[in-house]
Amino acid sequence: MPRTAEPHPLDRLLRDHQFFAGLDPDYLTLLAGCAKNVVVPQGVFLFREGEPADKFFLIRDGRAALEVAAPGRGAIVVQSFAAGDVLGFSWLTGRQHRWQFDGRVIERIHALEMDGACLRGKCDQDPKLGYELMRRFAALASDTLQATRLQLLDVYGHVG
Amino acid sequence: MWADTEPWRVAGSCQESDDTVTLTLEPYSSFAFQPGQFNMLYARGIGEVPISISGDPAERSRIQHTIRDVGAVTHALCGVEPGQAVGVRGPYGSCWPAGAAEEGDLVIVAGGIGLPPLRPAIYQALRNRDRYQRIVLLYGARTPADLLFPAELASWRSRSGLTVEVTVDSADAGWHGNVGVVPDLVAKASFDPARTTAFMVGPEIMMRFTVRALLETGVSPDRVYCSMERNMQCATALCGHCQFGPFFICRDGPVLSYGQLAPWINLREL
Repeated sequence: MPRTAEPHPLDRLLRDHQFFAGLDPDYLTLLAGCAKNVVVPQGVFLFREGEPADKFFLIRDGRAALEVAAPGRGAIVVQSFAAGDVLGFSWLTGRQHRWQFDGRVIERIHALEMDGACLRGKCDQDPKLGYELMRRFAALASDTLQATRLQLLDVYGHVG
Repeated sequence: MWADTEPWRVAGSCQESDDTVTLTLEPYSSFAFQPGQFNMLYARGIGEVPISISGDPAERSRIQHTIRDVGAVTHALCGVEPGQAVGVRGPYGSCWPAGAAEEGDLVIVAGGIGLPPLRPAIYQALRNRDRYQRIVLLYGARTPADLLFPAELASWRSRSGLTVEVTVDSADAGWHGNVGVVPDLVAKASFDPARTTAFMVGPEIMMRFTVRALLETGVSPDRVYCSMERNMQCATALCGHCQFGPFFICRDGPVLSYGQLAPWINLREL
C-alpha cells in the first residue's frame, strides 16, 4: 500500500501541479483537505478494474500506467502517466464511479492522492468549485478522447 | 530504365524492424547531399521509388536509405543483399533549413518511418551543437518493436544537450516508456516557443495534429517545417503526380514550411 511521505504544505504542492494552475488559492487550501502526499513503489497497483473509483492521482514524479489484462496476452498498456499528469477521472465522471482499467506504478511515483468522495462532497457544497473542477476534468477527458481517436487511426500502420 | 547512372553497390543491409531495412550503398564517386533530400532508388526490372537519405551527410562514400516494405519495389529493395546493385539517381528535393534554426531551440518530431529522413538533420545538428539552444527529439511509433534505431536513440538520450522523448501507441506491460500520441509529447516538452524551429516527418494525420499542438504553444507556422510524402515518380517536376496545390513535392519539397502548406493541407481533395 502507498505510504505517506514526509509532510509538505499540500496546498503549495497542489498549486505547483499544472492541473491546478491558476486556481483560486482559497480553493487550493480547500482541496488540500482532501489530499495526501504519497510515494508508491514500482509495481504496486494504485487501483484495480471494477473497484470503486474514489480517488485520483496528481503525478509529481515517476511513471504509472493504465493497463488492461487480456487472456493469453498479459497486460496491455493503454496510456502512461508522468510528472504533471492526472491519473483518473472515474471518481467524477463515471456513472458508478468505478475504475475501468488497472492502474499500476511503472517507476516509483511521488503523487498527490486526492480523495474523490471528499472532493465530491465539497463540490456539492460549493457549485462554483464544482464547476471549476468539472471544467478542468472535462478538458482532461477531451484530451484523452482526442488522443485515443488518434491511436485508433493506427496512423503508423500500412496504408491500403 | 530510369536510372541514368551506374548502379551503386550494396555494401550492407540491416533489418531495423520486421518490415524496415536500412541499405548502405557505395556510390561510384563521392556523393554529397543535404539532410532532408531523397534519392530515386531503382530495383532492376521492377520499378523506382523515392527514398529519403537516412545516413550522415558528412559520409560521402557510404550512403544510407531506410526502406519500409510496403509495395513491390520497396519489397524488392528490402531484399537486396550485400554485393548486389541498386540504381540510384539524385539527390532531389529541398532540405531542412538548419540555418533558420540556429541560435534558438530545435524541436525534431518523427512518427513511424519519419525518423530516417530526420536522422541526417540530427547528425548535422549534433555536429554543430553549439549553434543551437535546446535540441529536442520527439518520436512516436506503433509499438516498441517498431521503434527504429533503438541503439542510437539510447546513445542520443545519454548525451547532454539532446532531449529524447519516445512514445508508442500500444505496448505490453514490459514497456516502461510512454504510451500515448506524439502531440501529447509536444505539450510536455521543454522549449521556448518564441525561439523554436520544428522539423517534422510522419504520417500526414500525425503531422496535422502535431502542428496544432506546436502552434498552440506559440511556435510560428513559418518556423514549422514538414516533409511531405506524395506519389513522386519523375522527381523532376515533369510528370505532375506529386502536385500539391501550387507545389511539386519532388521539386519544391519534400520539406516545406507549414506557412506554405496551411492553405492546402486540410483539403481532402489533394
